[in-house]
Amino acid sequence: MADQATFADQAMEYMGSLYTAALRMTRNPSDAEDVVQETYLKAFRAFGGFEEGTNLKAWLYKILTNTFINSYRSRKRRPEQTELDEVEDLYLYRRLGGLEAVSASRSAEEEVLDHFTDGDVKAAVESLPEQFRMAVLLADVEGFSYKEIADILNVPIGTVMSRLHRGRKALQKALHDVGVRRGLLEPAVDAPA
Amino acid sequence: MDDSSGRLVDADPDPYGTGCREALEVLYRYLDGELDDERRRIIAYHLERCSPCLVAFDFEAELKAVIAHRCRESVPESLRLRVASVLAEASEGFRPPA
Repeated sequence: MADQATFADQAMEYMGSLYTAALRMTRNPSDAEDVVQETYLKAFRAFGGFEEGTNLKAWLYKILTNTFINSYRSRKRRPEQTELDEVEDLYLYRRLGGLEAVSASRSAEEEVLDHFTDGDVKAAVESLPEQFRMAVLLADVEGFSYKEIADILNVPIGTVMSRLHRGRKALQKALHDVGVRRGLLEPAVDAPA
Repeated sequence: MDDSSGRLVDADPDPYGTGCREALEVLYRYLDGELDDERRRIIAYHLERCSPCLVAFDFEAELKAVIAHRCRESVPESLRLRVASVLAEASEGFRPPA
C-alpha cells in the first residue's frame, strides 16, 4: 500500500519521460499534455493500490498507455502492417553498405548517424504504426525490459519481441527515407526480395 | 577466453561454432540485455573474433543510443503547473477527516 501523500514526491520525476512518450504517440503537444495530466490524476487516485517498492515508472507508463489507447489514439486504423513485413532486417545498415565491406574502428555508417537531427529522428519514430511505435519507445527510449513492456502493454513477451522487431525495421526504413530526402544518403537500389 | 579447453581458443576462431547468422539473429536481444549470461558470453566471444559482426552490432547500438537521445522532450512549464494544480485539487478530497 502506498501513501497518497507521497505520490507527488515519487512520481513527478517521471514527467519528462511520460511527456516524451505522450508526444510521440499523440504527435500533438496539446493532446500530449492532456494525456500526461490525466495519467497523473488517475495514478494519484489509484496510488493506494500501488505496491510500494515495485516499479513505479512502469506502473505510470501502464496508466499512460491505457489513457492514450482509450482516449487519444487516432480514429483511423492505418493498413501499414503488412507492408512492414517486406522490410529486411538491419535495413538502414545494409543500405549504408554494412555487412559487405569489412571495416574497422568507427565506421562510415556510424558517421551518417551524426547528421540526423532531433527532428529527423522524431519524425521517423512518429511515422511508425502505433503498436510498433509504442514498443520501440518503451525499449529504445525508455530502456524497459521485454518483461516490463509486456506488462505495460498487457501482451505476451513474444508479441513484444515481434512488435519491436518489426518496429525497428520500419524505423530504419523511415530514417533511411529521411536521409535520402535530406540528401545525406543515396536512394536505395533494392534487389527484388 | 580461458576456459578449461584453452587450446581450442587458439586452434579454432570460434569454438562455440557461432555463425554470423546466429549472432545477427540475436543482435537486438543482445543489445537490449535480454540474453542469459551464457548466451551473452557466446555472442561476445563471436564478436571478439568477427569484425563484420562487431561493426554491425556497434552500428545498431549507436542507432539505439541516437534514438534514445534525440527523442527527448523537456516538460513545458505549463504542464508542470497543470499537473501540480490538478493533484492539489485531488488531494483535498483525500484528506482524512479531522
